Amino acid sequence: MPSTAITPTRMVLNQQKARLRTASRGHKLLKDKRDELMRQFMDVVRKNRELRSRVEEGLTEAFSALTVASAVMSPEMLEQAILYPRQTVRLDMNLKNVMSVNVPVFEFETKTADTGDIFPYGFAQTSGELDDALSALSRVFEDMLELAQVEKQMQLMAEEIEKTRRRVNALEYVMIPQCEENIKYITMKLEENDRSSKVRMMKVKDMVLEKAHNYSV
Amino acid sequence: MLKIAVLGGRATVMGFKALGLDVYPVETDEKARETFKRLTRNDDEYAIIYVEESYYKCLSQEIDKFKDRPTPAVILIPGREGPLGFGQSALKAAVERAVGSDIL
Repeated sequence: MPSTAITPTRMVLNQQKARLRTASRGHKLLKDKRDELMRQFMDVVRKNRELRSRVEEGLTEAFSALTVASAVMSPEMLEQAILYPRQTVRLDMNLKNVMSVNVPVFEFETKTADTGDIFPYGFAQTSGELDDALSALSRVFEDMLELAQVEKQMQLMAEEIEKTRRRVNALEYVMIPQCEENIKYITMKLEENDRSSKVRMMKVKDMVLEKAHNYSV
Repeated sequence: MLKIAVLGGRATVMGFKALGLDVYPVETDEKARETFKRLTRNDDEYAIIYVEESYYKCLSQEIDKFKDRPTPAVILIPGREGPLGFGQSALKAAVERAVGSDIL
């Protein structure tokens, strides 16, 4: 059913035809975009899953080491040992454009690159378990940063895919059929007008002939 | 320069202090919410906020606000008790959102 607001004129017909052309072109482009986004998204998801399980594993390991350390040492000593960190992390962020989605790319730099140099305490008063815990933690930290980046990318891409998918569907199931319907309605109406005016002309011709020559068909 | 924050129970965040991250130990849900709000108040101050999984329940509303923005990245990490599965479910939710159904 065409929308009632439409007036069956040639001008509107041309407008509707142009709209249909644009809509089908947009539909095709958006569909391509959606497919490509989806492909990349699945890669990101796979990577995310792998990283997450690695991080969870690594953290569990580090925490269990830390638990042992806190059992061996008194809480005050433990707190004191790591109160003033030696290591600092410099984090820089750039935005990368992936299929029109701006995703953050983190670049980080640790103050001391040597992983053996991260301990902010002297070894005399602390237990070896704490050293293990901290080095396990610093090992998993790199993965954690990558996880942050990948997970954010995944979320942003999910949003973009959702948007694109809705647009594709709106074009495919609403916009394009509506345009086609309108075009059909207008062409029919115009043809109908043509026919009725033709009939009217013939009728008038008959009447004129009859008046002039007393001639009837 | 951007910063990284870690929000969670004291025992969980303690280790990260040694790595040079900003740690925010919290004990209660109330406190966690308050701290999280404070961390996200200044735009772009923190690029990454790691949140302990056990606080996800009370923070989920706040966290969802930042899903569509480039910063900060709010990432769930397991606490001392080991993974609770919220991190995995976040992944599932993203897939569901993109694809329309859970295909994993």
